[in-house]
Amino acid sequence: MSRVAIVDTGCCNLDSIARAIEECGGNPFVTDHPAGLERAARIVLPGVGAFPEAMARLRSCGLDVALTEQVMGRQIPFLGICLGMQLVATLGTEAGETAGLGWIDAQVRLLQAQPGERIPHIGWNEVLPVADCPLFKGLTPGLDFYFVHSYALRPDRDEDVAATTPYAGGFVSAVHRGNVFGVQFHPEKSQKAGFTVLRNFLAL
Amino acid sequence: MLKVRIMPTLLYKDVGLVKGVGFDSWRRIGSAMQTVKVYNLRQVDELVLLDIRATLDGRGPDLAAVDELADECFMPLTVGGGVRTIDDVHALLMVGADKVSMNTAAIEKPELIREVADRFGSQCAVVSIDARRQSDGTYEVFTHAGTRDTGLDPVTVARNAERMGAGEILLTSIDHDGAMDGYDLDLTLMVTAAVQLPVIASGGAGTYQDMADVLGQGHASAVAAASMFHFTEQTPLEAKRYLGELGFAVRR
Repeated sequence: MSRVAIVDTGCCNLDSIARAIEECGGNPFVTDHPAGLERAARIVLPGVGAFPEAMARLRSCGLDVALTEQVMGRQIPFLGICLGMQLVATLGTEAGETAGLGWIDAQVRLLQAQPGERIPHIGWNEVLPVADCPLFKGLTPGLDFYFVHSYALRPDRDEDVAATTPYAGGFVSAVHRGNVFGVQFHPEKSQKAGFTVLRNFLAL
Repeated sequence: MLKVRIMPTLLYKDVGLVKGVGFDSWRRIGSAMQTVKVYNLRQVDELVLLDIRATLDGRGPDLAAVDELADECFMPLTVGGGVRTIDDVHALLMVGADKVSMNTAAIEKPELIREVADRFGSQCAVVSIDARRQSDGTYEVFTHAGTRDTGLDPVTVARNAERMGAGEILLTSIDHDGAMDGYDLDLTLMVTAAVQLPVIASGGAGTYQDMADVLGQGHASAVAAASMFHFTEQTPLEAKRYLGELGFAVRR
């Protein structure tokens, strides 16, 4: 069983993701300590929360450096969920500008509602994988996943886009570069489709 | 396209699930755990769990109960009842809530909404507004599980909640609660027109057509229902089928 570190940023629901990983056959443990990451075969950075707050917490525990070492250095498969996806960007713009982990050249921007749309984007919406991303293996394109967010990551490079979702003019709902994966939706709350994504991540 | 959401509401009181009429006459309807498991199997869009005694009893959320229920809940879960401080919100998120609903506290000290939004993000700050129609046709907001009149109107409360950083509004008509005679369309439209936030209409669902009405005419983003699912043969799945046939975007 794959040991999966769930990074505790101090501001979110860790129980759901831990339970979901367990259900999908992984062996999750929660850590807020750099040493904890060294024992991991997979790293998940979950998240609800606010960008500046979460980055500040990662930094105060030395987790920003430790995560970069494990993910970019040791190439441990990484999955950022919701805010956890956004944190891999170069820059966050929620409540002022904050530097992110910077693993993917991207900025995090507020969604712009189109006529008839409301922000936050809350609920079930389609995910259209654009590339042959291993996370979406075995899933029909256009399945619904659960979203709850106001900001979204905008990668500078098209090749980092793994999926898009038709809302607010279309936004990037998954990114992928090497061993770094990020999903804007909540796989742990997206029932069957979500569990397939988690199983695919565990099978990498 | 973003789907409309059908959200069963579970009201609990002293560990059992209950359902009332007009925020009163509570009937026991069984075990919360059993219900959560069933909804989970049926791939329900989202679940709302409200502890209707907490504020009245002057206590905080029942974390142990929420923890147990959330462990079986692989769908989005909004939890409310007795949320008074940022620590209550934090504790609920830690045991498995995805969103936290604030009612009495959000109205008595709206800065709590701001604190929650800043620390945990707007997406988890749900402000629950319970409104009652007055004899002159205006609406007033009530707190403490519908027992205390605030003298405030729902539009003002909703706008203020949005300004403070709320992510969603759960709007309940006390008059229609449990009556299964349709949602309050005027109330819903009034609030959806006043804010940009998604609004969950609650109180009054009796038929699938009631849901269609409040989504179509009231511009709600989601519908919550309790009695309709507890006391009739109607199900969230059938509701989606019905709404889908009418052209609403629903999750299959």
